[in-house]
Amino acid sequence: MTELTYPRDYSLTGRDSRYAEEHHLVSAQWYQAPIPRKRMKELMQRSNGPAIRDTIIWFAAFAITGGLAAWFWPSLWSIPFFLAYGVLYGSSSDSRWHECSHGTAFKTPWMNDVIYHLACFMIMREPTVWRWSHTRHHTDTLVVGRDPEIAVMRPTVVLKVISMFFAIPQVWGAIKSLLLHAAGRVTEAEATFIPESERAKVYMTARIWLVIHLAVIAYAVSIGSILPMLLVGPLPTMYGAWVHVLTGLTQHAGMPEDVLDHRLNCRTVYMNPVLRFIYWNMNYHVEHHMFPMVPYHQLPKLHEEMKPYCPAPYPSTWAAYAEIIPAVIRQIREPGWFVQRQLPAVAPAKAAE
Amino acid sequence: MAQWIEACGKDDIDEEDVMRFDHGGKTYAIYRSPDDKFYATDGLCTHEKIHLADGLVMDNIIECPKHNGRFDYRTGEAKGAPVCINLKTYPVKVDGGKVLIDVG
Ligand code: FES
Repeated sequence: MTELTYPRDYSLTGRDSRYAEEHHLVSAQWYQAPIPRKRMKELMQRSNGPAIRDTIIWFAAFAITGGLAAWFWPSLWSIPFFLAYGVLYGSSSDSRWHECSHGTAFKTPWMNDVIYHLACFMIMREPTVWRWSHTRHHTDTLVVGRDPEIAVMRPTVVLKVISMFFAIPQVWGAIKSLLLHAAGRVTEAEATFIPESERAKVYMTARIWLVIHLAVIAYAVSIGSILPMLLVGPLPTMYGAWVHVLTGLTQHAGMPEDVLDHRLNCRTVYMNPVLRFIYWNMNYHVEHHMFPMVPYHQLPKLHEEMKPYCPAPYPSTWAAYAEIIPAVIRQIREPGWFVQRQLPAVAPAKAAE
Repeated sequence: MAQWIEACGKDDIDEEDVMRFDHGGKTYAIYRSPDDKFYATDGLCTHEKIHLADGLVMDNIIECPKHNGRFDYRTGEAKGAPVCINLKTYPVKVDGGKVLIDVG
């Protein structure tokens, strides 16, 4: 029997992947709040309205910020517009790919697919790879050796976390992946969650994306300006990443690994309307993980239903970071330490680390 | 050989909804479509064996509650990632207000 040892082995094919198998942490039964089926059906209902409205605003915001950034370029007046454009490009794309990957943002499947592919390109997450990695993240959330999407591994490497705000490790990883996939190969870890039948799509998309990226660079060189590269490609993914990292780290950073209860390893954080637009309500993260069928626009209502069964939500992003920062700092020296959430007496924990 | 089993009453399932039915150590999902027809499939998703009866019926589609994999419940056809294997379907008939499925 594999022993629990620190530091953990986060690879998907190593010691802790065996540990997870042996300790029945793989594809396990997770806690679910007892919401009546009738109410769940209401909450799961799909509609195109909210996502079409949000997407029109989204496209308009791209046109305005990108247009004004290009108009004022190369003066300093372009900077605020680039900053706003970058957040749309490198951060709001995070929630768009995510919601559309679940197929819940729009009712009409092709609309989910179009926005999914567009947002994936912006955030440089290859659509087929991330669809499958995210599937695994939902099956085995924060299970070490199984979940490919653990953002802050322990012991914390502070420099890596800081560099994530500029998408340095993400984009570097994405470029390496694109080259590997374009060459017709997947990594050993990817082979554990991407079925054979899906791999041709992975290779084809990587080749198409590389052509697009090269075309943008070639165009920039031909006109003798970096402007096209500031609007499309890895640069806006990087200079606009900070908001999605800011919101994304609230999801699980510092929380326990290997527990089968999303109330213990996810945070629900109240955020302001601007962040919620960018983040498409993923601040209701316990709710999303427990019931991924509920569209983003219904999550506030689901939150109300789930309140009696969940720990208190964090009143603000600041409040979440007041916990996250000391937690990840402590995990530099104490990788086995984690934030413990208080569960309501009516709905105790099913399992604990 | 046909083996018709009573699964539920006709009115036990709402229109455009699904219900779980367990029999002989197996679990099935019984559907009532928006045009008031009944269908039956295996009750567990072919991806990770999650109960489809907790999912959402939209027209002729059942969406799995775990990773939103979609099947056409009339034919069992998997409609795309993360479901790649079709669902097994079973003949259904309605007799005297009862829904029967052929598990034979
Ligand atoms: S278990 Fe059904 S889609 Fe994954």
